[in-house]
Amino acid sequence: MTVTPLGIPRRLLEFTIDGEPVRAPEGSTILDACRAAGKDVPTLCQGDTLTPKNACRVCVVEVEGSRTLVPACSRRAEPGMEVRTGTERARHSRKIVLELLASSVDLSTTPQAAGWIKEYEAKPDRFGPDAARLDEEPRVDNDLYVRDYDKCILCYKCVDACGDQWQNSFAISVSGRGFDARIAVEHDAPLTDSACVYCGNCIEVCPTGALSFKSEFDMRAAGTWDESAQTETTTVCAYCGVGCNLTLHVQDNEIVKVTSPHDNPVTHGNLCIKGRFGYQHVQNRD
Amino acid sequence: MDLHFGDSKPTDDERAAVDALLGLPESSWEGADRSDADLRWARGGRAARNRRDLLLPGLHAINDRVGWISEGALGYLCRRLTVPPAEAYGVATFYAMFSVAPRPTTVLHVCTDLACTAAGASELCAGVEARLGPGSGVSVERSPCLGLCERAPAALAIRSGDPVRTAVSAPSTVREAVVAASAPDSAPEEPPAGAAVPQAGQDGLVLLSRVGVVDPSSLDDYRAHGGYTALRRAFELGPAGVIREVTDSGLVGRGGAAFPTGRKWQATASQPDRPHYLVCNADESEPGTFKDRVILEGDPYALVEAMTIAAYATGAHHGHVYLRGEYPRALRRLEHAITQARARGFLGDDVLGQGYAFDIEIRRGAGAYICGEETALFNSIEGYRGEPRSKPPFPVEKGLFGKPTVENNVETLVNVLPILTMGAPAYAAIGTGRSTGPKLFCVSGSVDRPGIYELPFGATLGDLLELSGVRPRLRAVLLGGAAGGFVRPDELDIPLTFEGTREAGTTLGSGVVMAFDDTVPLPRLLLRIAEFFRDESCGQCVPCRVGTVRQQEALHRIAERTGAAAADDIALLREVGRAMRDASICGLGQTAWNAVESAIDRLGAYE
Ligand code: SF4
Ligand code: SF4
Ligand code: SF4
Ligand code: FES
Ligand code: FES
Repeated sequence: MTVTPLGIPRRLLEFTIDGEPVRAPEGSTILDACRAAGKDVPTLCQGDTLTPKNACRVCVVEVEGSRTLVPACSRRAEPGMEVRTGTERARHSRKIVLELLASSVDLSTTPQAAGWIKEYEAKPDRFGPDAARLDEEPRVDNDLYVRDYDKCILCYKCVDACGDQWQNSFAISVSGRGFDARIAVEHDAPLTDSACVYCGNCIEVCPTGALSFKSEFDMRAAGTWDESAQTETTTVCAYCGVGCNLTLHVQDNEIVKVTSPHDNPVTHGNLCIKGRFGYQHVQNRD
Repeated sequence: MDLHFGDSKPTDDERAAVDALLGLPESSWEGADRSDADLRWARGGRAARNRRDLLLPGLHAINDRVGWISEGALGYLCRRLTVPPAEAYGVATFYAMFSVAPRPTTVLHVCTDLACTAAGASELCAGVEARLGPGSGVSVERSPCLGLCERAPAALAIRSGDPVRTAVSAPSTVREAVVAASAPDSAPEEPPAGAAVPQAGQDGLVLLSRVGVVDPSSLDDYRAHGGYTALRRAFELGPAGVIREVTDSGLVGRGGAAFPTGRKWQATASQPDRPHYLVCNADESEPGTFKDRVILEGDPYALVEAMTIAAYATGAHHGHVYLRGEYPRALRRLEHAITQARARGFLGDDVLGQGYAFDIEIRRGAGAYICGEETALFNSIEGYRGEPRSKPPFPVEKGLFGKPTVENNVETLVNVLPILTMGAPAYAAIGTGRSTGPKLFCVSGSVDRPGIYELPFGATLGDLLELSGVRPRLRAVLLGGAAGGFVRPDELDIPLTFEGTREAGTTLGSGVVMAFDDTVPLPRLLLRIAEFFRDESCGQCVPCRVGTVRQQEALHRIAERTGAAAADDIALLREVGRAMRDASICGLGQTAWNAVESAIDRLGAYE
């Protein structure tokens, strides 16, 4: 039997979103409340399993009395707050943020980015052909996963996942500053010289495809990656007794990558190297 | 946590630099040779990890000794402090004064910021680079404002070794800068701090009364000039009484945000969580600001006394001064003052026999403007990247090490001395109703007597410029530094108060006043401001990280254009600027576009 802890009952806060009264449990973020109220607020750096770093600023909303816009993903709701999600001011900032991002990095594998760029009428090209871009080659230095920082929006999720929020391996960090800031291991060495244990939890949380399975990377390069042709099956990992859930992504009868459900109360989407990458024996048919 | 330190070994020098700071390692777990005992137990855990705040001093120790931070040195420091190397690398690469690539032992920082540019920094740079080419053993680096604007153009030489040697050359010529870089030990002594105070010795000065008068190295001389009467008064009043006086005085923070100091102290003092911390922000890196430097060089005991009072009032027993890394003389004088005060019972376990314990620790910044932001400063002290935290929670609740913290800058703190010696009503009678007390201004640029001026709030910009001997053909005045705004020569009746500048649609900021005559090419200046913010953005949030780059690119494009040809890019600047102001995490991104916008709107910069 699974016992789901209910926790102590939480007080409900009353405030308004776009003029409508809403109630949300104490401790909720504005984003939680917006989503519960069916409001669409775009997010990029927010992740369901990590403390928000509120770095991308695409989720900003207006809060009455606040000098600046506030990030919905991390600001806690307070009683009496008046939140407005779709004002011209908020939409302007989102549009500019999307333009700034899309003009500096490759968002082609960021889910939903294309839709938001359309919705907010963002024109990333208007900064001209000489606008600085990351323009970096993918780093392929091991057989398990690829780091393509040309797609990285510096959301810090991989750093948090590798560090004190999940894995405690602290293999990667942000280095440099400003536009030159990058995710890197110490002295920008190859991953194979770092503390990485190849758990792949950073890939699990990366919102842009900057971190991806080598299998996915190779198939995309060959033009054979086809998400619509993939099936997903969630099963239990057979390597040890912890019982982590594995979601096998299968295309043409081959496992092409392994993810893990974030709502699993034990692992929250985390796996180890075996569960994440150790699937070749399953399809070794010789 | 299972850390991986790699195989690179430190050199003897690097090891010695780290050990001089941390003491010798006790076991192989922290970098010593393996002994039998090490095979039987492991060291580490919380006690080891709690020393993370020594990371920045450790990086300084290596950089000071060797001039750069190698893999082996970083690995050894990480082992000693139980810090993951990837994180330490992220910290080391955050600061402009550190290098993770080999470089010559001497680095010459040549200022290319606003006042120095107006005083010919480009020629100085070109001349120095021609003389100190490759093979000279000197690396010439273009630097943001060195806080020596009253003596522009300025250069600072740092030669690594044991001990590290520094020399300042300002106002600098190619020959003097080369001397400073090639023989820092024999470079001429800088002029005394009082030379930066044109009013020095005048009657009626409150904050600057001792600068240029007192011997900055002598505690007795400080006391002979009224030192430590304020602290005695504080002990008579008790903590609550001190806070009442400060509140009644109407003192507001002098760093730019103008928050009431009494309220901040009260909010910290009443937090149940312990310990409380006091942080003095002496990281003045706003281009055009040098008042902290002059106070610390000319009257360092004043800060020690003021911090003791602030700590006593707010219940803190430990104070940190976060001092700009580019201020070697201020560092020496403050270190000396703290040591003397400690030796004489003005700091330590029992301050003045009152049963109150307080001590001060200096932390050196390492070249990052953003560390002047209060929460970035906490991260920097704690050994993390100097990235601002999002607020709430505010520092009075969760500040340094997650504990209630009061943070004030140097000028705010030294105001507490006259408040206590003259009493709140007399202090509040200075200035205007809503901006009380005396105010320091850093005047530089096209004036005959640049330096720090003390005026009561309410004097006009014109008064101040007249006092400093503004030169004819004034074109523009930058108020409040790079994060402030430009005003026109016909706006000199703006009263220098928080409310007066706000009404005039500009800001007092940290008290920077830079005058530019019509020989200064405005577009170049604006481009320099944009470059500054691009270089100094921490990179954490998108509007600022990319926005500052796009703005600099646009200004670069229109540097030579005006009117209709610039209209597109000006529209783009405005749109990006608006989002940066609205959506950036911290004040840097929120204000990065202010000065340029004011130059376009008030000066008609590209018409
Ligand atoms: S695979 Fe795991 S250990 Fe390696 S960088 Fe990613 S999160 Fe860290
Ligand atoms: S690699 Fe992915 S997870 Fe890491 S910072 Fe970049 S976008 Fe975020
Ligand atoms: S506004 Fe700029 S400096 Fe501030 S947090 Fe964002 S990127 Fe960093
Ligand atoms: S999703 Fe909120 S700031 Fe990125
Ligand atoms: S020292 Fe050069 S501008 Fe301040």
